Amino acid sequence: MKPTLKRSNAPIFWALFGAGGMLSALLGPMLVFITGLAVPLGWLLPPDTMSYPRMLAFAQNFIGKGFIFAIIALFLWHAAHRIFHSLHDIGIHAGTAAKLLCYGSAMVGTLLAAYALLVIGF
Amino acid sequence: MNKRRPYVRSMDGWWKKNPFFVEYMIHEGTALFVAAYAGILLFGLLRLAQGEAAWNAWLSAMKNPWYIGFQVLALIALTYHTYTWFKIMPRTMPPVVVGGQRLSAWAITGSGLAVAAAACLGLLALVWGMAR
Repeated sequence: MKPTLKRSNAPIFWALFGAGGMLSALLGPMLVFITGLAVPLGWLLPPDTMSYPRMLAFAQNFIGKGFIFAIIALFLWHAAHRIFHSLHDIGIHAGTAAKLLCYGSAMVGTLLAAYALLVIGF
Repeated sequence: MNKRRPYVRSMDGWWKKNPFFVEYMIHEGTALFVAAYAGILLFGLLRLAQGEAAWNAWLSAMKNPWYIGFQVLALIALTYHTYTWFKIMPRTMPPVVVGGQRLSAWAITGSGLAVAAAACLGLLALVWGMAR
C-alpha cells in the first residue's frame, strides 16, 4: 500500500469545466448574437459598438479585461474537458496524448489571451 | 501476433441506435462550437492587441458569409447548450432541500433558464447602454 494517497487533479479540470459551462450557458447565446450577428450585420446596436476606440477602452479597463479573459479562458477549458471526455464515446482512446492535446490547447489559448491583454495595457 | 482473431463486436455508431444517446452526443457536441467561438474571440483579441488596422480587418472578416453562417450555427448550439446545461442540472448538483421538501427537478431547470434569459437580456441592455 502506498504511504500517502496521491491527490487527483480531476477536481481542477472539473471546476474549470463547470465554471465555463455555467458562464457559456448564461451568456453564450447573447455573446454570439452580439459579436457574431448583430454587430457584423448592423442589427439593433449602434454601428460603432465594437469600434477600435471602444474595444481598446474596454480591454484596458480592469472589469473589461477580467470579462474578456474569463470568457475566452473558461469557454476553452469547458470545451477542452467536454471534448476530452467524449473521445472514448467516438472510439478514440483518451490517453495521455489526448489529454495533453485537449488541456494543452486550452492552456495555450489562456496564455495567449493573458499575453494579448497585457500587451493592450492598462 | 495472436492467431486466434476473436470476434470483437464493432462499436461504430453505437450511439445512433438509441435516441437518448443521439441527444447526448448532440449536447456534448456543442463543446465544438464553444471552442470554435472562443477561438474566434481569442483571434480578435490578438488582433486588437496589434492595433487599429488589424482590429478593423478582423471586424470586416466577421462580415464574411462563412463566418455569419458559422455564427448562426453557434447561436443554435450555444442556445441548446444553455437548455441542456440546466436540464441536466438537477442531476449534477447536490440535492437542495427547501422547507423539508426536495426541490423538484423542474424548479431547478426552470429557475436556471429564467436566470440565463435575464443574464442574456441584461448583457444586451448593458452593451446597448455602453454603445449608445
